[in-house]
Order: sequence, then C-alpha cells, then structure tokens
Amino acid sequence: MERKAIFSAKVGLLFLAPALVFVAIFLLYPFVRVFMLSFTNQTLLGTTAPNPDWVGLDNYQRLFDFDRWMRLGEFGSALKITAQFVAGSALIGQVGLGLLIAWAFYRKKGVLRETVYTLVILAWIIPETVVAFTWVAFLDWEFGTLNAILGTLGLGRPDWLFKHPLESIILFNSWRGAAFSMLLFSSALETIPPSYIETAEVAGANAWQKFRDIFFPLLRGHILTDLILITLWTFNVFTPYLLTGGGPIKKTELVSIYTYRTAFQGQHEFGKGGAIAVVMMLINFSLAIVYLSMIRRRKA
Amino acid sequence: MSKSRLVLTFLLAFSLMIAAFGVAAPARAQDGPVTLTITCRCVAGGVNNNLVVWLTTYVFPTFEKMMADQGRDVKVELVEFGGSDEQLKEQYALDLSVGSGYDVMSFDGFWVPEFVGAGLLKPLEEVAGSEVNDWEGWGHITPGIQAILGYQGQVYGLPMGTDVRQIFYRNDLFQQAGIEVPWQPTSWEELLDTARTLKDAGVAIPIQLNAGTPMGEATTMQGWFMALLGAGHHMYDFDQHKWIVSSQSILDALNLYKTIYVDEELGDARMQLLQDGRNRSFVEFRDGNVGMLVEGDWFWRSVIAPGSETGIENRNEIVSWAKMPAKEPGAGYNGQDFVTISGGTGWVINPNTKNAAEAWALLSYMSSEDPARAFELMQPRISFRDDVPVAGDPVMTAMAEALLPLTTVRPMLPEYPQVSIEAQLMTERVVSGEMSPEEAMQAFDDAVTELVGEANVIRLPLN
Repeated sequence: MERKAIFSAKVGLLFLAPALVFVAIFLLYPFVRVFMLSFTNQTLLGTTAPNPDWVGLDNYQRLFDFDRWMRLGEFGSALKITAQFVAGSALIGQVGLGLLIAWAFYRKKGVLRETVYTLVILAWIIPETVVAFTWVAFLDWEFGTLNAILGTLGLGRPDWLFKHPLESIILFNSWRGAAFSMLLFSSALETIPPSYIETAEVAGANAWQKFRDIFFPLLRGHILTDLILITLWTFNVFTPYLLTGGGPIKKTELVSIYTYRTAFQGQHEFGKGGAIAVVMMLINFSLAIVYLSMIRRRKA
Repeated sequence: MSKSRLVLTFLLAFSLMIAAFGVAAPARAQDGPVTLTITCRCVAGGVNNNLVVWLTTYVFPTFEKMMADQGRDVKVELVEFGGSDEQLKEQYALDLSVGSGYDVMSFDGFWVPEFVGAGLLKPLEEVAGSEVNDWEGWGHITPGIQAILGYQGQVYGLPMGTDVRQIFYRNDLFQQAGIEVPWQPTSWEELLDTARTLKDAGVAIPIQLNAGTPMGEATTMQGWFMALLGAGHHMYDFDQHKWIVSSQSILDALNLYKTIYVDEELGDARMQLLQDGRNRSFVEFRDGNVGMLVEGDWFWRSVIAPGSETGIENRNEIVSWAKMPAKEPGAGYNGQDFVTISGGTGWVINPNTKNAAEAWALLSYMSSEDPARAFELMQPRISFRDDVPVAGDPVMTAMAEALLPLTTVRPMLPEYPQVSIEAQLMTERVVSGEMSPEEAMQAFDDAVTELVGEANVIRLPLN
C-alpha cells in the first residue's frame, strides 16, 4: 500500500525553497563563477586585473605541464604531497588512532578513559591558530618541548619542521582530528550487543580474533563512512600552513596551500587559482560519488 | 498553493537574507569631525618603532593643532601592522579591490606599477585635486626621488626616503679571527676567504646572503641583486626592454650561493628556508653569531639601532660596513668594482578615501621640512628632501655618499614582483641543495618565460 504523503510535492518544494535559494546563491553561483574564471587570466594586481583575456584551457595546461609538474612548488608535487598527507594523517592517523582509542576503551569506565577522551576532544575543539602556535612551539628545534623530552631521554633532537616537515604536519593533523573518529567509533561500538563478545570469550577467542570476526565486520559501514569523510576533510585542510607555510622549499605545500599561494599571494592569479579549484572540486566530487555509491550499496 | 504565495515566499526569503547581511552604506560626514586613518608596517616597541613614535608624538598632535587653527576638526588614527611586507601588500590588494582600506598607506615603491596596472591606485592629482601641484615640497624633492612612487610619468604618493645595500660585519668577531678592520673585500674570493677565516675561528655563521621565498623581497634586494649585479648584469635589460633569464652571470651568482650554503656551509641555509628567517638573522647578528650580513641601511638605522627590539647598544663600536664587491674588480654591473641597489618607500592616498582633502593635508604636512627633520633626528636616514640633511649619523652619511653613486633600481614594471618571486625561488632551490645552479636557472627561465612571454626574454651565451 502506498503511503499517503502529508504534503503535496508543491508544498514540499516551498519548504525547500529558502534552502535552494541559499544553495544557488552561495554554492552554485560561486561554482559557476570560478569555473568561468578558470578560462581567463584574471589577476587582482597587474594589467590583467581590469582587462582579463579569455585564455581557453591555458590555465589547465599550465597545471598539467608534465615537464615540470613534479617540481616542488608545482601542481603535481602538491597533489603528491596531499596524497601522502591524506594517507598518513587521515587513513593511518585519524581513522586508525580513533579506532584504536575507541576499541581500547570499549566497555571500560573510569578516570583513565575520561582523561583520554577529554584530551582527545580538547585537541579537536581548540581554535586552529592557537593549536598551530602551540605546535610550532612544541616542535621547535632548539627550544621545543618535544625535543626537550627526546633530548633528556637521549633520543636525539630531530629538526622537525626543517628536516621532517611532512611527518610533522601528519603527526599534527592526526593528533588534531582523531577525536571525530574516536567519537564515531565509540558510539558505533555501543551498538554491538555485549552477548556477541561474551559468547566469543566463552569460546576462547583472543583479542585479535574478536576484532577480526566481530568488531570489524559490524563496524565496516562506520569505518567506511568515517574514511570517506575524513579523506574529504583532510584533502581540503589548510591549517598546516600555519605550521610550515608550505615550506621549507614547498615540501609541505598541500593543494590547498598551493591554491592559496596562487590565488591570494603574489599577483593573485585568480584565473589559475580558479583552474586549481575546479580540479579540486572534481576530485572532491569523485570522492563523494564513491562515498554515496558505497552507502547505497550497503542499504540495498 | 497559488503562484502568488510562491512568489511571496521567495520575496520573503530574499528580504530576510538582505536583512541578515545588511546594506548599511558608510555615511560621510561633510562638516562634522573627520577621522583619518593611516597605516604602516610599524608596531610600538617592535618593527619600525621610530615611525610609531614620530607619528604619534610629533606628526599627529602638530597636524591636529594645525587643522584646528584652520577651524577643521581632524583626528588621526594610526593602524599598526605587525606582519611582513608581503602580508601588508596582500592586505592592501584585497582592501583596495573591494573599495576599502585606510586613508593613507605606507607603500613600497616597487608595488606601484602592479597596483596602478590593476586600477587600484590613482595619481595624487586625481585623488586629491590639482591643489596637489601647488605644494612647496615638490621643489625640494629631486625627480629621481619623486619617481619612487611614480609610474609612467604620474606620481601616486610621496616618498619617505631611499636606501642602499651593503655588507654589515661585526668588528669583535673579525678581531677574534685576526682579520684586520676596517675591512673591504674587492672580490668574491676575498669575501669567501674572510668567511673561511671566520669559520676556522669558530664563528657559527660567517656570512649570510639572503635567499629563499620566505624572506620575500628581502631575498631579491639584499641577496639576489647583490650577487647578480656583482656578476655583471641586471635582471632586466633596460635598452632592449627584455628580462634576462639565462646567462653566465646568473650561474656565477647561483654558484656563489652554492659555495656559501651548500659546498662550504659558510652560511646557515636553514635560516633562509624557514618562515621567520629574516628576524632570526637579526637576532643571530645581534647575539654575535653572524660575522657578515648583507642588508640594507634600514638594518643599521632601525633594526640594530640602540634601543630597538634587536638593537645593539654599542652598535657604532661593534658594527661596521663594507661595500659589496663585484666578482672581480670591474666585473660588476656597468663595469663597476662594487655594487648596490636602491629601493624606496613612501605613502599613498587611498583612492577610496572619503576625506581626500584632509588626507592630502596630512600627507603633505608629514612630508614638509619640519616633520621630516624631526624624523631625521629620531632615525637618521637618506633624506628625501634636499633641505633636510642626514642628521647626526656620520656612518649613515658615509654610506649614502659611497653607495648612492653606484646604485641602480628595480625595473618599474607590473611584471617585476612576479619575476622577483621566481628569482627568490631560484635561490631557494640552490641553497636547499634541491637543484644544481643549472637546473635552477632552467626552472627560472621556464617560469619567467611563461610569465612575460618568449618575446620579452633574452638568453645570453654561457661560457
């Protein structure tokens, strides 16, 4: 039997209208504008500012000039660094760490759990600039807290932001964002009936077996959702700029930082910046499609 | 659901949005009190502290009184900016492009063509009217100095002064290493030998020649140009109106960097590649860890001036200066033995100002004889007015006399700042060891050719 809708489609549309207007003005319009911009040589400064020319696919060709695109500071290099950053800090860092913490405190209560959860969530909610500032101080070669600790333990004093800049921002972003995964996984874990675990325990399953045969299959959907969300966010994150400025020698220049440097520094090349934005949107879009199709498959 | 209700809903949604964002137009007070805003890269107790002191204790009170005497109620507010020059430029570009910004803005001369090209700056005459031309000051500022904030025959602001560049060295470290002072190298080899001697004597950082993108224009002016001009040519061929993107001189200059930072580690490459490198170089110099630092006279008169943030109390005993030598005597730009380059800063009036007349009154007053002299007394520097001499600093006077005849300037072209960034990147790639001088020059060639077009570049034969 077909369920009778409370509202007609027209009324539904009416309720949606304000949202649609907002989407059109703040999402669709800028998108179209950026798309158009990416075919011009529009800048903010210089003579191409008042009189931009239509340059066709020039900006895209400049981005994908394969003779040089893997040079540090070029688009290919930025993509590669972003991929490493996402793999390190999103997949291994945030999802892995979040899952580990959630699992470690599964069905546990007490001071330790509360302390860890509070600290992890604190790392997540402190404003970005404050966090970045403390991390610069934490990682400083000469005076940083980390090296003071490592030095005392006789583990050497690595020059983090200079010699290991990518590792530094991966570490930073893992620390920064693990809270979301942790919260998501700990609430997902709550949904697993305790009897499953108890049965497994009676059968003599060890921790790994329990994880492999009970937790993982039941959490798979959540892990997938989390992975995709975290990947999308991490792909677009800009905060590492506050730690390294994209350097040294552009070794931490993520695509977001590359976009910023192109469109908002120097001559402010809006045209080329637009082209980067379009490519980024396409990448985000394909990630989102993967995400949506996976969700759909799960429901089917 | 009728159509009119749908339309009504849309209208409601729109009006809500408009209400939410507000469309309050800034009101202009014609007769009431006027508040002018002025901004500069200056912070009380920090960078360019002298400028803050001069503006707030001398210029503002006397100007406000002068205005009051004329029956005009004008107040001036200083907006301090603590970021880098590059960040200030970003701020200006964004402010001006949306029709906003402060009334009077400190401005680096080489930004002018880019801003004018974009229509973000207007000639003084257009902003403040023809009374600008009646100002007494024009007769006391030479055309060369007027051109600091000029472009294609128009003047966009008033200059504050020009500068020169040289090597600053520490007498104490030199004596400790057994090097005779006063010291003046006549070739790069001599310069490097001195650095080697300092290194052997245990000086942590014998020489620092600016490189890398984090230092921005400081790299181009105090580093790249000082090396390139000494190797024989300018960045731009002023006769053929073309950019020189490949030459033996470029390679020689890059090899000087390579010797200093990579091969012999006479300088600290780390400092050149990290974000706050320039301030670090000031601190290290103050603390006696840097033997020689190539810098502009601003370093002398502001950065290490006694009482400033990185000041050296007995500056005049501890610090001396020397001219930057060409690679070999006579091998420099225009066949010179020594090289230097000048920039210049000043003030522009925001074309979006609501109070152009008052802004011009302030600017022209600031740039008149008495205030200029008052600033000279706080910070002796190469003056922009011929009736205001460098006051009471023989070192500054000597630098000006020795170096102004040798100096050159950057090409005043809208493309220059972009080419400059590519030059910074080229030095960065060499001092980090990421590329060889040949590879870095090729990358520079690629990038500049893309920027200005094949028709506007030349390549000189390599040896």
